[in-house]
Amino acid sequence: MKYFLRRLGFYLFTAWAAVTLNFFIPRMLPGDPVQSLINKFQGRLNTDAVESLYVLFGLDENRTLWEDYVAYLNNLFHGDLGISFTYFPTPVSQILTQSLPWTIALVGLSTIIGFLLGTLAGVGLGWRRGTWADNLLPIANFFSAIPYFWLGIIAIALFAVTWPVFPAAGGYDPGTLPGWNMEFIGGAIYHGILPALTIIISSISGWILGMRNMMVTVSSEDYVTVAQAKGIPERKVMFGYAARNAVLPSISGFALSLGFIVGGTLVAEMVFSYPGIGYMLFQAIGSKDYPLMQGAFLVVTISVLVASMLADFVYAFLDPRTRVEG
Amino acid sequence: MSVQADPIGLTDVAPAEKAAAKGKRSLGILQNRKALIGLIMLAFFLVLAVIGPWIAPHDPNAVTQDSLQPPSADHWLGTTNTGQDIFSQLLVGTRGVMLVGLLAGVLATAISVIVGVTAGFIGGLGDELLSLLANVFLIIPALPLIIIVAALVPSAGGVTIALIIALTGWAWGSRVLRAQTLSIRGRDFVEAARANGEPMWRIIFFEIMPNLTAIIASGFIGTAIFAILSEVTLAFIGVTSISEWNWGTILFWAQSSQALVLGAWWWFVPAGLCIAAVGTSLTLINFGIDEFVNPRLRNTAASAALLRKKKIRARIGFTPVYHGGEPQHPKTTVARSGANAETAEEVTA
Repeated sequence: MKYFLRRLGFYLFTAWAAVTLNFFIPRMLPGDPVQSLINKFQGRLNTDAVESLYVLFGLDENRTLWEDYVAYLNNLFHGDLGISFTYFPTPVSQILTQSLPWTIALVGLSTIIGFLLGTLAGVGLGWRRGTWADNLLPIANFFSAIPYFWLGIIAIALFAVTWPVFPAAGGYDPGTLPGWNMEFIGGAIYHGILPALTIIISSISGWILGMRNMMVTVSSEDYVTVAQAKGIPERKVMFGYAARNAVLPSISGFALSLGFIVGGTLVAEMVFSYPGIGYMLFQAIGSKDYPLMQGAFLVVTISVLVASMLADFVYAFLDPRTRVEG
Repeated sequence: MSVQADPIGLTDVAPAEKAAAKGKRSLGILQNRKALIGLIMLAFFLVLAVIGPWIAPHDPNAVTQDSLQPPSADHWLGTTNTGQDIFSQLLVGTRGVMLVGLLAGVLATAISVIVGVTAGFIGGLGDELLSLLANVFLIIPALPLIIIVAALVPSAGGVTIALIIALTGWAWGSRVLRAQTLSIRGRDFVEAARANGEPMWRIIFFEIMPNLTAIIASGFIGTAIFAILSEVTLAFIGVTSISEWNWGTILFWAQSSQALVLGAWWWFVPAGLCIAAVGTSLTLINFGIDEFVNPRLRNTAASAALLRKKKIRARIGFTPVYHGGEPQHPKTTVARSGANAETAEEVTA
């Protein structure tokens, strides 16, 4: 129990650090970004938006830094992330609430599928080392060195332009309205296949390589040899003895690498114009929409924190040693 | 376990043989086929980074009448929609990519060594705080953070990007270094140095750091890959200065000028392949370092071909054995496991 409280405390602290970072980053910039922004948006920002800018940048001259910070935290707790410039006057929180489910469905599903497939393949490759299976390693190696977005571009060029089997952009059929009906869901799945495949392909090789190396290391442990010598069926030795222990670092790595994966898949959304958080971030960058940018960063960070907290607890459940050390 | 690490094997070896063994060991990384291929590929791109702008046949910014030409003798990799030569853009852009990778790698590695080794060595409250800092940076998603910072810094160039990447990318390395320092700190030779009254800086730099070299090198390469991928991604998104050529900028223009819809594959394929090639070369070098450090991985790699030749299916139970020559003490060097006694015998014979 103490272990769980400790981890919970750590995640709360990290969430606070991310929020604080988000508050201070614009303030550490050279020059007066607010004035230059107001000039840039001359005539298009009304008083509400200017107010939101000042709160965001904490540059209200009548208040101290501390008061600004408290006001910022207070707004955040009430779910107020300011007002978007691009989609004026829609609040940032509303835009993000609409795009979050898309990201969770796409990124969440494809990340988990990639992890499961990659780990399984790694078990096989690690077990059968020294055979033809070793030839797959350079290929996995090559795929782990490709940037996500480029794979996405190639996928679009091949499967949406040259052979138009999948749509190149969007999250659902333009003719349908979002809702729980077969037509819309079918269209959403159809639009999700290509981005999901690219995410799986680009994340899978990392899991394969990590798992294979752990399998090679664990396979020469004495208890595996003993299990083999006792005549336990090979399949059982492979999964029940070797893989079971080799998978632990992978799970702990899964928790830690969620941030990297999410960062990469945000870019996949940008390439495929997929209506998730990443695409919103992309649009915000294009139109210098700072409230939306920072809101997107916060939502992504909090989601990653929650996901890795869950993975962490699963790990503690699987490996009792972590709880004891706690 | 290699013979070099075996004190019994070294005590009565003649000086000449000792020198030979040492030379072999320092060349060890070059004997690894993967690492060698990686180093050659990397050297190629480093040379391009230096001479690229000089040997570029055209001015990468020059707008000409030949718009969207497929590869030809005059334009080896075709042209953009404004008639710019893509091959020249690729050559000129190499420098930016390699420079950011190198700079961010060096800076992030320096931070991770300082934080990681300090945390591991001092222990106690200082360790707790430094580890907390590293863990926070580890878990906050790096790319969105880099995007935010880069988008707020007006016209961020290569050096700025390298700084931002280094500040957000040091945490993983410091974690690994801390763990290793913790394990070394308690070993006998460090205890002996401490008992001899060696000053702390001497223990850190001459007793502990040499044992971390491989991990530091591997961390440096990992960060360089991360930095290169981040940089081209940022350029592709359009966050960084788009007037500075790098491979990501080429892809940015390709995407924003509808190269995909126009079917201009020569515009976006070469840059991506170059990124993948640099990344692969660095990963291969890292594999070499891994196998150099972890004898179990090294052994399986070395013996895979041999096993295949002997029609042995490598499975489990191979305790690493020394293949480099006649073992001096068969009983200690040829470790074998019960289940695969015969096969182990065959491999060593």
